[in-house]
Amino acid sequence: MKPTDIAHPDYFHKVVDCQWACPAHTPVPEYIRLIAAGRHSDAYMVNWNSNVFPGILGRTCDRPCEPACRRGRVEEGNVEIRKPVAHEHGSQPEPVAICRLKRVAADNKDDITPRLPKAPKQKNGKRIACIGGGPASLTVARDLAPLGYDITIYEADPKAGGFMRSQVPRFRLPESVIDEEVGYITGIGNIEVKTGTRIDSLKKVLAEGYDAVVVGTGAPRGRDLDVPGRKEGAKNIHVGIDWLASVSFGHIDKIGKRVIVLGGGNTAMDCCRSAKRLGGEDVKVIVRSGYDEMKASPWEKEDAIEEGIPILNYMVPKSCTIEDGKLTGMVFEKVKAIYEGEGEKRRRKLVPTGEPDEHVPCDDVLVAIGQENAFPWIERDAGIEFDKWNMPVVDKVTMQSTNPKVFFGGDSAFGPKNIIWAVAHGHEVAVSIDKMLNSEDLKDRPLPAVTVISQKMGIHEWSYDNDISAALRNKVPWQDQKLTLKNIKVEVELGFDAQTGFAEAQRCLNCDVQTVFTPRLCIECDACVDICPMDCITFTPNADESDLRRQLTAPSLHPEQDLYVSDTLRMTGRIMAKDEDVCLHCGLCAERCPTGAWDMQKYLLEMTHAGPGCRKPQRKAA
Amino acid sequence: MTYLAKPKLHHPSLPRNEAGYTRRDYEGKISTLCAGCGHDSISASIIQACWELDIQPHRVAKLSGIGCSSKTPDYFLGNSHGFNSVHGRMPSVLTGANIANRDLLYLGVSGDGDSASIGLGQFAHCIRRGVNMVYIVENNGVYGLTKGQFSATASKGSKSKRGVLNPDEAVDLVGMALLLRATFVARAFSGDKKQLVPLIKAAIQHPGPSFIDIVSPCVAFNNHEGSTKSYDYVRQHNAAVNRLDFIEGREEITADYAPGEVISIAQHDGSMLKLRKLAPDYDPTDRIKAMNYVQERAAAGEIVTGLLYLSTEAADLHQYIKTVDTPLNQLGTRELCPGSAALNKINANLR
Repeated sequence: MKPTDIAHPDYFHKVVDCQWACPAHTPVPEYIRLIAAGRHSDAYMVNWNSNVFPGILGRTCDRPCEPACRRGRVEEGNVEIRKPVAHEHGSQPEPVAICRLKRVAADNKDDITPRLPKAPKQKNGKRIACIGGGPASLTVARDLAPLGYDITIYEADPKAGGFMRSQVPRFRLPESVIDEEVGYITGIGNIEVKTGTRIDSLKKVLAEGYDAVVVGTGAPRGRDLDVPGRKEGAKNIHVGIDWLASVSFGHIDKIGKRVIVLGGGNTAMDCCRSAKRLGGEDVKVIVRSGYDEMKASPWEKEDAIEEGIPILNYMVPKSCTIEDGKLTGMVFEKVKAIYEGEGEKRRRKLVPTGEPDEHVPCDDVLVAIGQENAFPWIERDAGIEFDKWNMPVVDKVTMQSTNPKVFFGGDSAFGPKNIIWAVAHGHEVAVSIDKMLNSEDLKDRPLPAVTVISQKMGIHEWSYDNDISAALRNKVPWQDQKLTLKNIKVEVELGFDAQTGFAEAQRCLNCDVQTVFTPRLCIECDACVDICPMDCITFTPNADESDLRRQLTAPSLHPEQDLYVSDTLRMTGRIMAKDEDVCLHCGLCAERCPTGAWDMQKYLLEMTHAGPGCRKPQRKAA
Repeated sequence: MTYLAKPKLHHPSLPRNEAGYTRRDYEGKISTLCAGCGHDSISASIIQACWELDIQPHRVAKLSGIGCSSKTPDYFLGNSHGFNSVHGRMPSVLTGANIANRDLLYLGVSGDGDSASIGLGQFAHCIRRGVNMVYIVENNGVYGLTKGQFSATASKGSKSKRGVLNPDEAVDLVGMALLLRATFVARAFSGDKKQLVPLIKAAIQHPGPSFIDIVSPCVAFNNHEGSTKSYDYVRQHNAAVNRLDFIEGREEITADYAPGEVISIAQHDGSMLKLRKLAPDYDPTDRIKAMNYVQERAAAGEIVTGLLYLSTEAADLHQYIKTVDTPLNQLGTRELCPGSAALNKINANLR
């Protein structure tokens, strides 16, 4: 193998699995260390700069970081070392509770408003319209307003926040948190939010002479059910996302005693838990697929079950039963999954089991079987090309549509995703607009800002805590169900207290503190190989990657995890190969190295957002 | 050294041996030696060898004297018996322990100061008596604990870190072990575990006095230009006569060196050792030739490593002094004091 190019920003970025997995590339270990140090405001600002809504995301994020977290892989085969104590999850490998630590920062911070950017008195004369007041538009506004742009946000609902406000139930995300974090953005200045204003024509907006228009209208149309009896039972059959919005805005405050929720996604989980709080006594989730294939995040399924809501799988809705013009229940066909084909062609097929259909009596049905984009308000001659699925053609990098002035972000760009993706899109849209309005090539994207600095403070002292915690993942405490199931506004999760938050923060392996190897200093004494608790390091003759992986001290379990390969070593002509997979970043290799060939260096990557940094000449000067 | 204990977390696939232990279970406390010390590699090799041999940790006794090397038994086999004895007196204590309980595996861990200076006589007599043990000398040619004076194994003419040349002749422990009829004699380099681990395994399995001289660079005081025990020097002058490939009943040791002729040697207990010859004419079963060869190559400036001598007719102290098969410490009063009738019988024999 060729020596690894550690100067490439991607190499060490990939080692920080959580940050690499995060669409907004939040420097996770950096803020977790700040939490452990009790610097909650600083931790909050690291988050705010990167993902804009730390308090909201700390409660609702889809957490792409957590399945990626190295801690989960490291605890594999190790859980027997320790019995869980009361506040910990069971003995199975689990990632760091990254998401809930974000909330710890948000909950415990001081007043951070003095740290927030302010719009300059001198505007730059460019006007930007954002259609839809959700996370994508708000991110664009936050990135551009401090640069002097004049932002107008059009929001159909009474308050900005979009999906976060209308569909995420209050027992998961209190209104005060949304108000606070939306307020941080609108407080920058130069941002006008026109609430209660539904845009029904893009051309009309374009005609107002904006320099750029951002479409952040989400995926607002809930997919409906098409079975016999749907029309007759209409009064008691509700489309999930519309129903959740009505609940959020207080238009609906009760539901029948027996409720069926159709669908296996996170919206279905929000629907069933909301129904349970609005008078639903017998609430069931009924899903076509099996439990494991459900789209809902595992923790959201677990939370629903915890609240006493059964999830019934492999049942396909067949018809609604109506008596005297009123919905009385639904009939389901029982199916099972069979798999056809091999390899990539392997497909799952649901086939009837032959058992008799099952009638499930109910008073109300909530349909949460998917949502779609809808752009009835975009004229087809507004210069925006639509594809065969009736989705706008949007550049995946620049987020620009075929009308150069119009950009898309969030769910409206590529279909339903989640808040953190909307934020990531928002940053990219802001960079594109800033570059476009400074007459630069949008395709020429700015590189991230990267610093790599040694953390050595003394012979055995590092600027980070390298004593690896053996603690298992901590549980987030819940409010008493007697309270939460009665009032939809009572938040279920209480968040970690400072002590548990610290314990959880200590589980972080500091993957951003990188093992950096300098081959010319190495005397091949094997000290690093001997001390490495995870057997990551191998000195061996060079070979191609597949052979090299076979020669490692410990087997390579995840080939997608990189091998760090050094240049040829002076004495023996071998190379050093380190499997990054389960490295604890404990720094013992560097402590044991007699010549300083190993060093622990903090790699901090920050995405370049809109502003002088994303533009060409200034970047060179910097 | 490090201030932290090594994290208990281990690689997810870390295997268990037949005895039910992982390699990590054979570790000891965290080493307090200097970073990069060759001795730590030897500790790691002993750990690896014991794990691969499925050894029950409680069936091992580690004995040592004084010095950097003699501290190392604290850093491996943390669940085994250990005795850190007086300077240079490890061989006597080991002999005594072995007499008392012949069933344990005895690891004598010593250094060049402990064995070639203050304990030279102890070393010689312990080998001469044929005590069944693995005697390891972690040989760095320097007194590390007292900041780098030449030890008795430093080569004549080699240079100290301060630039002084050594005027004294070196004690050749391998030569002495051959002369005094150790039945297993090897030399190895701490920086080459592929060679070292199989040698330790073979030595452990060998019934009789096994001696391994392991050149182990002192990073702090003897790893400079002019030293003959530095990482660079040993790598440049290492002349391996053979590689131990295979011990019967064990998995093959994968090797990454050039192939050579494979020879099998039957040990007196019936087990077979397979050796890959690297020096074409070297016969490790011929003690006289081995002594000549090692001296010749040493005169030519080479450090001969590998399995240098293996007696096919090994025997040990217990055979020589005809002790009973049961370890003496397990004999009860009845066996030890058979009564006046037995005494009378013995006395009658002597009249």
